[in-house]
Amino acid sequence: MLRTTPLLMVLILALITGCASTSHEPPAPGLAITPAADDTLYRALGQREGIQSLIRSFLYVIADDPRIVDQFAEAPIDRLEEKLNEMVCVIAGGPCHYSGDSMRRVHRGKHISNADFNALVEDLIKAMDREGIPFTVQNTLLARLAVFHGDIVHR
Amino acid sequence: MMRSVREKYSCVLMLLALALLLAALPARAGSRLTATGGAGSIEGSAGGGLIPWAVLTGTASDTETGAGVGMSHAWLDDYQLHTLSAAVTINNRLELSVARQILSLDTLGLDSLQLDIFGLKARLWGDLVYSRSGQFSAGVQYKTLEDDALPLALGARQGHGVDAYLSHSKLWLGAAAGYNLLSSVSLRATRANQLGLLGFGGPKNEAYHAVWEGALALMPNAHWALGMEYRQKPDQLNGLPEDDAKDLFVAWFPQKHVTATLAWLDMGRIAGLDRQQGVYAALQLAF
Repeated sequence: MLRTTPLLMVLILALITGCASTSHEPPAPGLAITPAADDTLYRALGQREGIQSLIRSFLYVIADDPRIVDQFAEAPIDRLEEKLNEMVCVIAGGPCHYSGDSMRRVHRGKHISNADFNALVEDLIKAMDREGIPFTVQNTLLARLAVFHGDIVHR
Repeated sequence: MMRSVREKYSCVLMLLALALLLAALPARAGSRLTATGGAGSIEGSAGGGLIPWAVLTGTASDTETGAGVGMSHAWLDDYQLHTLSAAVTINNRLELSVARQILSLDTLGLDSLQLDIFGLKARLWGDLVYSRSGQFSAGVQYKTLEDDALPLALGARQGHGVDAYLSHSKLWLGAAAGYNLLSSVSLRATRANQLGLLGFGGPKNEAYHAVWEGALALMPNAHWALGMEYRQKPDQLNGLPEDDAKDLFVAWFPQKHVTATLAWLDMGRIAGLDRQQGVYAALQLAF
């Protein structure tokens, strides 16, 4: 049994990393992500109004977060709010079009650390809690946003 | 017996001191999400209780320093295993840990065995939550028995040894009908008998064993995790067979600094006594 164990481990690891990398999507212009296959998440978030309310809460939470609020000091808040609405709508499968720059471009030269990114995610969770968004819906949205991590951090 | 009692008290004092130190620090938490530091393990490294995971103690992110102290107790059929531990995480890259395990042998009419564990774990690459391929870490644990007379008499070759492991963990966001799943697998090279409490090496085998360890947990909400762990153990001592260990656990994360774990632990046969099972309880304070 012991002899077969390393092989088993390698297989498990290969399976995990293999499965993880097969879902890699070809980058689309703009958001660099393929829109969702269906609108389940969009409806679960309360469609356009629900997403608008969420993004507004999110911006209020960020404004109260001394860890990262300074990162947004120069940001045009109205444009940011509009693009965030479009972005969440698109990745949730809603009938929207994302007109902003790619995540990689937006964050280039900003030197966002993992600590900044984690703080932002924590703020989003706080906003989703405030909006009464169910845990399972929160997780699904976070999973779709998680793919941007590499485009945002250390750029 | 007196010595054992004194050791236990000194450990409690040590823990109290560390807890006070922690409390005295300005209340702050790392920016990683709650529960991403695992729950602490009986070997001091961040993990699920029985095994280390690829995560590092606390919630420190790449620009932060974190730390944690933990204590656990397992009430097995014929033994009790008590653990105290402390760990520091630097920039979510390196974790240094110390742990003291005390196995009381009251039912054998003997004193206790004390094992100290010094651990080093490095996150190699990836992020538990955000990387497609999860988080990979490698670690070493230097383990040394305070008194190796009994283990050597039972056939162990040494009273100290080094374990090395490679670990992969991933939090699968929304993977189970919207709920989060956590998986962790590790490959360990070890010569330890009963985690090292019964020494290292033995007449049946001189070389290192490759053993695997795994954990799977479901998070029904942001503050709870239900899971199981499995840990393969070598079997090296004549006449004292050793079995794999497993547990079923519930972990509670009331807030970022506190983790409480309750588990049903099955260590299998230990030093000639069958079916050592019982309740495991652990508390970890971290930031």
